Amino acid sequence: MIIWEDVSVTYGATRVLGPLSLGVADGEWLGLIGPNGAGKSTLLKTALDAVEYEGTVSVANGDRRPGLDIAWMPQRPQMPVEMTVSDYVLLGRTPHVGYLGSESQNDLESVETALHKLNMIEFAPRTLGTLSGGEAQRAVLARALAQEAPVLLLDEPTASLDIGHALEVLEVLDELRKAERLTVVTAVHDLTLAGRFADRLVLLGNGVVRGDGSPAEVLTEELLRTHYGRGVRVINDEDGPTVVPKRSND
Amino acid sequence: MATPTVARPSRPGWVSLTAGVVSVVVGVAGLLLGAAGIASSQVVRALLDALPFIEVDHGLTEIQLNVLFQIRAPRVVLGGMVGAILAVGGASYQGVFRNPLADPYLLGVAAGAGLGATVAFAVSGNADLLAPFAFVGGMAAVAVTYSLGRSVGGRTTTSLILAGVAVAAFATAIQTFVLQRNSETLRQVYSWILGQLVTVGWSDVLGLLPYALVASGVMLASRRILDVLSIGDEEAAALGVNVVRFRWVVVIAATLATAAAVSVSGLIGFVGIIVPHTIRLLFGVSYRVIVPLSLFFGAAFLMAADIVARTVVAPAELPIGVVTAFFGAPFFVMVLRSMRGPG
Repeated sequence: MIIWEDVSVTYGATRVLGPLSLGVADGEWLGLIGPNGAGKSTLLKTALDAVEYEGTVSVANGDRRPGLDIAWMPQRPQMPVEMTVSDYVLLGRTPHVGYLGSESQNDLESVETALHKLNMIEFAPRTLGTLSGGEAQRAVLARALAQEAPVLLLDEPTASLDIGHALEVLEVLDELRKAERLTVVTAVHDLTLAGRFADRLVLLGNGVVRGDGSPAEVLTEELLRTHYGRGVRVINDEDGPTVVPKRSND
Repeated sequence: MATPTVARPSRPGWVSLTAGVVSVVVGVAGLLLGAAGIASSQVVRALLDALPFIEVDHGLTEIQLNVLFQIRAPRVVLGGMVGAILAVGGASYQGVFRNPLADPYLLGVAAGAGLGATVAFAVSGNADLLAPFAFVGGMAAVAVTYSLGRSVGGRTTTSLILAGVAVAAFATAIQTFVLQRNSETLRQVYSWILGQLVTVGWSDVLGLLPYALVASGVMLASRRILDVLSIGDEEAAALGVNVVRFRWVVVIAATLATAAAVSVSGLIGFVGIIVPHTIRLLFGVSYRVIVPLSLFFGAAFLMAADIVARTVVAPAELPIGVVTAFFGAPFFVMVLRSMRGPG
């Protein structure tokens, strides 16, 4: 569970986020959508204290310990090209190891488990520089999973994945959050994909909540046209809403 | 699990063993060779005799024993300690600044320490003030470099290095000015700048020992977190690392030890760059490997350089800083080419 209460972020005189309040339950998957600059990444970063904000962000047990209670997958991760995948994913165990300590067998097993979940185990000895975009993205996600935190904040987890790998990753996430009652918050640009997996979508525009509800409630032609500035067609069928781009002269 | 595909980053056992053996062999070689012309076999026998519970007839005179144990031995040990500090200091700087070119020298620490030492010579002529002045100068320089680099352009490689260049130039300018006003100290300061391992016996070693122990302890304890920093401040912080505090702890420890080493040995260049990088090229990028191996290979490298410095033009001596650059630079280029070349 994670709760934002009256959270706002200002850079100089410009308010880029909020004030907004938002709660995500255990086992719930919230999809953050909204145009570029709407505040999706900034909202996620408040939970990590990576930006200065007003208001409160709390997780289930009250205290929010960086790394232990929340795992974060950044939109543009820094990847040391010469580091091996296994060493990289092992970094996810950092919050579980004391300053002077070293990883236990349990930590190494968590890394193996995370790599298995994402079908990355055969990449363990490879260096990050030799991975394709999609493989690298899965390595970052494996690192976040290795943290074994109850809350996962994923900023564009499928940005450089082809549709096959994107579905694979999102399905793994879906199974995990159901099996382990994880709280998942994803910032996603692909509206159809967001609607397929999230229980609930929140549409951000200029830093505030413009829509909040089930995918069918938020992915409407009117809301999307208002906040993305362009017309789209939304097809509703048994799979849920599908968002189809329209050319301006259509 | 049947196949342990995931393991902690570590060095193979033979590498650690080799590192240890190499430093001991070079250290012993340093004791065997010297201007006083004591036969190697006698030195070996005297060394064995010095071990507890072993008595060997070495046939050395009192003076020769003094040369061996009060002049050569402290010098070899001092060389090893300075080399270890400079190498591990360079590795730590590269880690906390996430910059392969960072070393205490490029970031202006050496120039700051040099200025401090010059002021100490010029103002007081008191050699006891040299270490504290060099330390304060070094710390001040790295603080200015770091804050300048940040204010100019975040933490990018270029702005940090450029800030270091500016700070070093500025400190050197003031140093030159002070030297010109106090030309009687010119010779002392100049020989200090070129680097030397001329000791007054074990007192230098004992003086440097606490700095060396503290710095090595901090670096060894920090080596795992140095790996975490390689994914950037924001991500490291999201993994629970207090990045700002960690960076200062490492910088203070590395600067403290570097300034202490520089105050006894003068400005010995290049060790902090080539030793960690050679290790990185040969044994991988994890600081868990680089930091401990830097201690051993840094010690071995400087002890070897000192052997060259005091034998090539014996009975005169070359400044050791000249030797490290003269042999270190081509060696480093050789390693670089063999690792990064075609194929």
